[in-house]
Amino acid sequence: MSHNPEAAGHPALQHHFDSLEQQHDATTLGMWLFLVQELMFFGGLFTVYLVYRVKYFAAFAAGSNTLDIGWGAINTAILIGSSLTMALAVHAAQTGRRKLLVLFLGFTMLLGAGFLSVKAVEYHEKFESHHVPGSAFQLDPHDKHFQGVDPSNVQLFFSLYFAMTGMHALHMVIGLGILGVLLVKSWKGRFTPEYNSPVELTGLYWHFVDIVWIYLFPLLYLVDRYHHY
Amino acid sequence: MSGHIVSRRLYYGIFAALMMLTLLTVWVAYQDVHPRIWGVHIALNPVIALAIATTKALLVVLYFMHVRYSSKLTKVTVLAGVFWLGILLIMTMGDYVSREWIKLP
Repeated sequence: MSHNPEAAGHPALQHHFDSLEQQHDATTLGMWLFLVQELMFFGGLFTVYLVYRVKYFAAFAAGSNTLDIGWGAINTAILIGSSLTMALAVHAAQTGRRKLLVLFLGFTMLLGAGFLSVKAVEYHEKFESHHVPGSAFQLDPHDKHFQGVDPSNVQLFFSLYFAMTGMHALHMVIGLGILGVLLVKSWKGRFTPEYNSPVELTGLYWHFVDIVWIYLFPLLYLVDRYHHY
Repeated sequence: MSGHIVSRRLYYGIFAALMMLTLLTVWVAYQDVHPRIWGVHIALNPVIALAIATTKALLVVLYFMHVRYSSKLTKVTVLAGVFWLGILLIMTMGDYVSREWIKLP
């Protein structure tokens, strides 16, 4: 990647950078620093989860077994699919294919919305079963999963379930907003092989959110499954 | 300038691998993997689940997020993040797990 004199007057080049290449390197580093900060943010939640999972393992296993493994696995597949379409969108931007870029950004948004819809179905089921922490929280005493476990510890599991999946879902909603802006800009032809950093950096964010889910799925849905069935 | 261009075929390959690993992690969750080593039952299910998740995360980071083709500065930044996450998890657990080893009055 040599210095491109033609890019000096590129409308996307900010005045404090010498070249688009330098601008790209700086913004990529900035995005990674943000993602490392996000890693520490989610890391706090994962640490709380780990401490209480070790302490109240039976209650966590009971809570985990009330979650629908089918929905969880489908959502994992949806999110991995959206990461593929996001990666293909970045590829389309880098090779200057405007229509493909718009198409793949659209697919990514659709899959993201699909993920959130499945999450809404799952949350609805949790509200109906009185598994949402708070004054209405109640465990069915006849349910074989809850024999011999302290309900307050199961409530702790569901608190973490909602905090972690809720924070993850919030990141998805923010991602959808950013993708919407990119979709409009792509349609207007703002991204070219010379300048497409926003698409690439949004891709980094989207893949990061995918990675968080890759860990949430086994940690929340797959605790002690073989024992309960 | 834009970043490294990864071939679409590689993206499809990574996607297929991620899907297979997802199926594997669901299947293995229903298997009883508690081998007896030196007379002690060791629960390997969570270890396997996290190993699969980490493999998936590595594939995403290296190929979808282009870290394999990125500058050394980016690689060091990512490694530093993982390292600090390790400090957070390991030192916290080191404290909680060892608290009951010594009975204090």
